[in-house]
Amino acid sequence: MYGFEAMTFNIHGGYLEAIVRGHRSGLLTAADYNNLCQCETLDDIKMHLSATEYGPYLQNEPSPLHTTTIVEKCTLKLVDEYKHMLCQATEPLSTFLQYITYGHMIDNVVLIVTGTLHERDVQELLEKCHPLGMFDSIATLAVAQNMRELYRLVLVDTPLAPYFSECITSEDLDDMNIEIMRNTLYKAYLEDFYQFCQKLGGATAEIMSDLLAFEADRRAVNITINSIGTELTREDRRKLYSSFGLLYPYGHEELAVCEDIDQVRGVMEKYPAYQHIFGKLSYGESQMLDKAFYEEEVKRLCLSFEQQFHYGVFFAYMRLREQEIRNLMWISECVAQNQKSRVHDSVVFIF
Amino acid sequence: MADDRGGGWFPPMDLFRSEPMHLVQLIIPIESVHLTVSYLGDIGLIQFKDLNADKSPFQRTYAIQIKRCGEMARKLRFFKEQMSKAGITISSKPNLLVDVHLDDVEARLGELESELIEINTNNEKLQRSYNEFTEYKLVLQKAGEFFKAALSSAEVKQREYNKSPHNQPVESLSIPLLKDDELKLGFLTGLVPKEKAMAFERILFRATRGNVFLKQTPLEEPVVDPTSGQKVQKNVFAVFFSGETLKSKIVKISDAFGANRYPFTEDLGKQTHMITEVSGRIIELKMTIEAGLLHRSTLLQKIGEHHEHWNHVVRKEKSIYHILNMLSIDVTKKCLVAEGWSPVYATRQIRRALRLAAIDSSSQVGPIFRVLHTKKLPPTFFRTNKFTESFQTIVDAYGVARYQEANPGVYTVVTFPFLFAIMFGDWGHGICLLLATLYLISKEKKFHGQKLGDIVGMTFGGRYVILLMSLFSIYTGLIYNEFFSVPFELFGPSAYACRDDSCSDATTMGLVKVRDTYPFGVDPTWHGTRTELPFLNSLKMKMSILLGVAQMNLGIILSFFNALYFGNRLNIWFQFIPQMVFLNGLFGYLSLLIIAKWYTGSQADLYHIMIYMFLSPTDDLGENQLFNNQKTIQIGLLLLSLIAVPWMLFPKPFILKAQHNRRHGNEDAYMPLEDIDDTLHGESNADCEGDHKFDFTEIFVHQLIHTIEFVLGAVSNTASYLRLWALSLAHSELSAVFYEKVLLLAWGYNNVAILIIGIVVFIFATAGVLLVMETLSAFLHALRLHWVEFQNKFYNGNGYQFRPFSFSLLEDESKLN
Repeated sequence: MYGFEAMTFNIHGGYLEAIVRGHRSGLLTAADYNNLCQCETLDDIKMHLSATEYGPYLQNEPSPLHTTTIVEKCTLKLVDEYKHMLCQATEPLSTFLQYITYGHMIDNVVLIVTGTLHERDVQELLEKCHPLGMFDSIATLAVAQNMRELYRLVLVDTPLAPYFSECITSEDLDDMNIEIMRNTLYKAYLEDFYQFCQKLGGATAEIMSDLLAFEADRRAVNITINSIGTELTREDRRKLYSSFGLLYPYGHEELAVCEDIDQVRGVMEKYPAYQHIFGKLSYGESQMLDKAFYEEEVKRLCLSFEQQFHYGVFFAYMRLREQEIRNLMWISECVAQNQKSRVHDSVVFIF
Repeated sequence: MADDRGGGWFPPMDLFRSEPMHLVQLIIPIESVHLTVSYLGDIGLIQFKDLNADKSPFQRTYAIQIKRCGEMARKLRFFKEQMSKAGITISSKPNLLVDVHLDDVEARLGELESELIEINTNNEKLQRSYNEFTEYKLVLQKAGEFFKAALSSAEVKQREYNKSPHNQPVESLSIPLLKDDELKLGFLTGLVPKEKAMAFERILFRATRGNVFLKQTPLEEPVVDPTSGQKVQKNVFAVFFSGETLKSKIVKISDAFGANRYPFTEDLGKQTHMITEVSGRIIELKMTIEAGLLHRSTLLQKIGEHHEHWNHVVRKEKSIYHILNMLSIDVTKKCLVAEGWSPVYATRQIRRALRLAAIDSSSQVGPIFRVLHTKKLPPTFFRTNKFTESFQTIVDAYGVARYQEANPGVYTVVTFPFLFAIMFGDWGHGICLLLATLYLISKEKKFHGQKLGDIVGMTFGGRYVILLMSLFSIYTGLIYNEFFSVPFELFGPSAYACRDDSCSDATTMGLVKVRDTYPFGVDPTWHGTRTELPFLNSLKMKMSILLGVAQMNLGIILSFFNALYFGNRLNIWFQFIPQMVFLNGLFGYLSLLIIAKWYTGSQADLYHIMIYMFLSPTDDLGENQLFNNQKTIQIGLLLLSLIAVPWMLFPKPFILKAQHNRRHGNEDAYMPLEDIDDTLHGESNADCEGDHKFDFTEIFVHQLIHTIEFVLGAVSNTASYLRLWALSLAHSELSAVFYEKVLLLAWGYNNVAILIIGIVVFIFATAGVLLVMETLSAFLHALRLHWVEFQNKFYNGNGYQFRPFSFSLLEDESKLN
């Protein structure tokens, strides 16, 4: 499994690995979160964050703050870091870094398409897009009427084009179609990313296959849970599962026929790796599942920093930062709406 | 306290030891606390301790005020940004005489900000419409050209067509081809950013399946985009299409690409009319905008006058509130308790400041000042000036001195440039360095507090170090008799002369001494001879050992003064004395031999003497004997050195153990209370004393390591000083190579062009390699000799710096940022 990364990795990847590890040490700690959770107003949050790496990004914001500004500025920092790394990266790391953003691209495409379907303003939608998933002609998505047009007009120029081969239909877009499109795209994306990491080999392949398998399995569970009670057929459902991961292929067969959450739970508890996630939930509950999955993900992402000479750290760092921004958003939202008792519901401590 | 004890022995000299410090407690009534802290910041002699370390920043008492200051600082940054955009310089001298209140400043800043923002938004609106009109005008002109060009080319074609005799004459061009009104072609005109033009065209083509005709021409000059306000290269486009659905698609696409569309008519008359109308509007808008800008710049000018002052006030206030947040509030909430370190000599100043503050704030109760006794190690504080500061920085870079231990910085002032100069001995290069540093020193006032580049800043910071380095290297250069590697007969003629005409340049053979010895430094005759290197090597090598042994002895002697100061007799008897014996028994003796050899002119082989002193001390020295009884003395020295090793190793741990047992055994009995000073110093000098557990093995292993380190270090450190010789050799050889192989070689060609090239290469090589790189390497080696070879003999370097709360330091910091 192991190549000889240690001999050659640092020639091209050493500088950026050092950078990303430095960034990682700037992530907020449990002490920071404890302090943040005690904040009374958004200004308190700003004050606390000004002592962290977010400081320079928030210092010029005028005082009545909004949650969106905080999130926007924090995301801006992530984007700046990402762009810096992408600039410095050489092949194959630059491709790897670009792969990380495809997920956001898919989300953005879906966001715009759904938005135009419900006749929202394109500019307004563009502001809501994740900046990491932006591409040149994204605004043109609004023109498309069906999948085929979507592909032919816009997406053929983007890296997402190959993932589209599965879902080109002439059907008009509706919510259901879009959701299926999102999942098909995601499936193709994850499989492609997985293949790419396998091709890279060495510790990158080992660690990334683990992280991506977790991602694929989580998506499989979510798809199953979300499609319970919809008109999606079992066969269609099974098509949306990615063809790797711990659940592949037997778990997918079983998930495909699940009719309620407890059946899903029954399936998942057969896998030791997921046993304890479901073990935490009471029967029939799916609210806390997201948080449980996030916690497990964060744990795995943190572990990837234990090994050296692989690209997994970049993926892990980006994901951890995103989780951190989600945490900040939740905390600020709770503080802004005076719901401080609910702060701990969705915050996932990273360290 | 410490100064009483040291008073008799050591006169209070600023740099030898840290200023005596004490922990003071201030209890300040709440109404005068702000003014008190402000006055204390003015004198800048107290380092406050954070008494609320467990509280997060926003839970502290004065969090709101800090937030307000942060908000004001943001507004000031906003003004500064606006001013630099508008090209207005901030008046540099703050009128500090006017005392303003923070609340007034806050209100004023708020007013100004809202005024400025209003002006800005108005201006932006106007600017935007101005830009839109400019774009429109351009579109009108360019698109008009499309139509004109199309029409004229069509007319030409038609004329040609009509001219040829075979063709039927065609009707006028103005008659439409298709009579159907429903199929009328629509068109849109506008501007699209140049870099997006290709993609725009492609998408248009795809979306309409090629059923459009797009014409684009690039604009010669970039235009200001109305939405972003940036200058962008743009293309004027005109799209022709048919049908309403296509139109809506094209509109959507052009929106998505940030292409601004403008209405356009085919009618030529209307076009010219519109152009004149638009031009009129543009002129109108321009005037309004200019008036607005004028208003804005007067406002900014007004802000610029006060900006520095306000900035100063806000920074000061913020720092005061930060300090206030570090104080703990008394239970009665009527006073604040502050703790902090301050130098003992500042007590009177602090008391005066406290009194003044109480009077000025007309508080009924004055603040209480008292000295606390503590076992905590106080911070280290040296009163440096601009000259000693950089030398102290060299020492501090290794480690800040433990409180009141001997400060090597004092000696570094001389030894550092001296050791540097030994490696950099060339008075020509020294003069170059001197000129450079004199330039920096003459510009001191101008450069001070300015933000310089990394390298310039570093050089500027060390200007006085470089000054001494250059002076010393002129001195050693005179001793080595080298000026860009050329010797001069500065101090009289050479002592040697040729006996007859037979002696050549390359040897010293046939030279006889005709005069007294050359009075200062190396005789110029040595230069360029075959024996030059052996002679200089022997000289420099021996000199290095002498200097090394001298400096190491100084280090050990300093450890004696440390032990004496802290009253640690154990270290004197079982560390200092055996160390002196060991080092001087071996290498001190070697130094003695070197001097004796120089003095007597004997030809004894010193290697032989030193080696056989160990291998067979009883053998006869033979021709290597330098003085009587040498053998007996050598045996004696050898024995002493051998005894010194166990002397260093064994007694100290055992005595410590005995002391500990005695103290421990007596714990039940009543003991007189120890003097507080003793505990303070006792704690600060010995690791093994104090309250923590006594672990004999640990102490013993520690001592073992120390002993081994010293014994091996005595040999390796002495050898390490040979780098002085090695670098000096490298320097003189390099400069000789550049002089002979570049300058003289070029000279030899008798060709002006080659000579010029040679001189240029010589100058660059001298400046780049000898003056910059060699300076750096000699600097680093001198640094190493100080940090490792000198300071490991006595320096703990585990103290921490005294960082007082001071407004002047705050100003310096903010200037550099």
